[in-house]
Amino acid sequence: MSAYSVTEPSTRSKWFAGSLVILYALITMIPLAWIMLTGFKSPSDAISYPPKVVFEPTLEGYVNLFTTRTRQTQEFLDANPPQNWADEIVREYDMVIVGPSKFGERFLNSVIIGFGSTFLSVFLGTLAAYAFSRFKIPLADDLLFFILSTRMMPPIAVAIPIFLMYRNLGLSDTHLGMILLYTAVNISLAVWLLKGFIDEIPREYEEAALIDGYTRFQAFYKVVLPQAATGIASTAIFCLIFAWNEYAFAVLLTSATAQTAPPFIPTIIGVGGLDWPAVAAGATIFLLPVMIFTILLRKHLLRGITFGAVRK
Amino acid sequence: MAEVQLTGVSKSFKTTQAVIDMDLTIPDGAFVVLLGPTGAGKTTTLRLIAGLEKPDTGDIKIGGTSVTNLTPAQRDVAMVFQQYSLYPHMSVRDNLAFPLRSPILKTPEGEIARKVNEVAEVLHIPHKLDNKATELSGGEMQRVSIGRALVRDPQVYLMDEPLSSLDAKLRADLRVELKRIHAELAATLLYVTHDQIEAMTMATHVGVLDEGRLVQFGTPRDIYENPRTAYVAARLGQPRINLLPVGLMGEDAPAGAHQVGLRPENIRHGAGRDAQVVRVEHLGDQTRLHLKVADHDVITLTDPHTTLEAGETIQIAPENPVFFDASGARIT
Repeated sequence: MSAYSVTEPSTRSKWFAGSLVILYALITMIPLAWIMLTGFKSPSDAISYPPKVVFEPTLEGYVNLFTTRTRQTQEFLDANPPQNWADEIVREYDMVIVGPSKFGERFLNSVIIGFGSTFLSVFLGTLAAYAFSRFKIPLADDLLFFILSTRMMPPIAVAIPIFLMYRNLGLSDTHLGMILLYTAVNISLAVWLLKGFIDEIPREYEEAALIDGYTRFQAFYKVVLPQAATGIASTAIFCLIFAWNEYAFAVLLTSATAQTAPPFIPTIIGVGGLDWPAVAAGATIFLLPVMIFTILLRKHLLRGITFGAVRK
Repeated sequence: MAEVQLTGVSKSFKTTQAVIDMDLTIPDGAFVVLLGPTGAGKTTTLRLIAGLEKPDTGDIKIGGTSVTNLTPAQRDVAMVFQQYSLYPHMSVRDNLAFPLRSPILKTPEGEIARKVNEVAEVLHIPHKLDNKATELSGGEMQRVSIGRALVRDPQVYLMDEPLSSLDAKLRADLRVELKRIHAELAATLLYVTHDQIEAMTMATHVGVLDEGRLVQFGTPRDIYENPRTAYVAARLGQPRINLLPVGLMGEDAPAGAHQVGLRPENIRHGAGRDAQVVRVEHLGDQTRLHLKVADHDVITLTDPHTTLEAGETIQIAPENPVFFDASGARIT
């Protein structure tokens, strides 16, 4: 038995808190679980009513997601036996696989644009936040407000001007254009979040490093950055989630070359309308990078790893 | 090691003048303690020498060359901060090695290992070398912090109240340790504190600061016995010097005297003016008598085994009094 403590919560309140967390997690996970399940359903199971929770799993959705298929005559199908398991699945609909779909390309676009703009936002945001936090900048407060004010309207309100601007600049449907756009939207968040984190890092660390023989930039790099890791990681996650999920601008500004996954996934057409299992399969794969990124940086999201080395 | 010289240095922040026209010479190999209350400009003086602040006017020389326009790294000084300021993401070993790995020193790793172990021995922390900096107690953190200064061989060591956050025993130990280190390294050391015991026990020279000005500079003994102002007199001595209106004790005062300063040990008992005992404080090694002389508080020392009690009346007379004029300046 542990000693009695007034600050330690009682067993009952721990159970209560635990149940609440589990209940909340279950509720938020239902849509996710549904998407993942739908990815393994057949098209008829996916739209059956009442919804099926128990069903025979199939990889049809994933096959349809990654391939382009054409319908063929019976003679052609008889003459060409299926070459692999994926082929066999599409034969049920009298189809053959003729090549890969655009999903891989779109997914890669999402990776380039999402991570590219996240890196740029966090990189610029860290430098700006450090400057605002440590140096005397004329009109610093006004500048910070100006940076924040770019978030005060919904970005889509400027969609038409940006559309025209991008067309004239040749940035429409380019990776660079989308990276710049998402960076512009994210940078105010990055600057403000990171300034808060850097403000909390005592100046003594840099001053100590300056006296220990390092230049200001080396002190920033060797002492401030490692301690801002928590802030940088959480800022990066927020930026990535926005850039990764953004739909409206992606629909408007991209088409053939730089289209990202969000506008692509809902357009996957199957036999007679939307191919829901393929859409769900696409959504599932699309969720993975952000999930992995968040899990990798989870440690940094918990604050306080460096707490207590400077007496306040 | 080198001499540090400040000439006409001033520094102000917005509305406050932190350091005013300071002339200060820290001789090579001296242990100089800057003494003064909070806000007297001690820390600012230290930061000016370190290069963390730029003076508004005046010049700072280290070892004869002007460093006023140099960066902290170029000045080759080591500093211990009041707060521990260890790099929390590094181990104790890496913290100690950090200055040696700087682009200016670029010490070979073998040499670094040797120096780090050496300093760890001196500060009694060799078993903590592989701990993370955050896993230390307050006393250990401050020792590492001092160690980070000691691994180097700088022109001057600067210390900003390094012992103020430690408990009494550790403070006493480290005081002795610092004094020993100073003697062994023959280092030039500038040490800031508001603790007069630290000043008296460690310093070869004491500088007393008041509102940004250097009021007096000299050996601890000299400052204790020949204070230039009433302010300086009140900064050293425990219990404090009694500052009384002239004539109260019936002494011979020079012309213009306004206040008379009487150290507790300079009050003779058994003759002179009547004084009422208000309180008797037994501190073990000494016993303090709190007296009232015509509405003025006077503190003096007495025999540790005294039988005096509150309410009794004794006679006291001054011995070697010092006199100050209306502005607080000493009259001799």
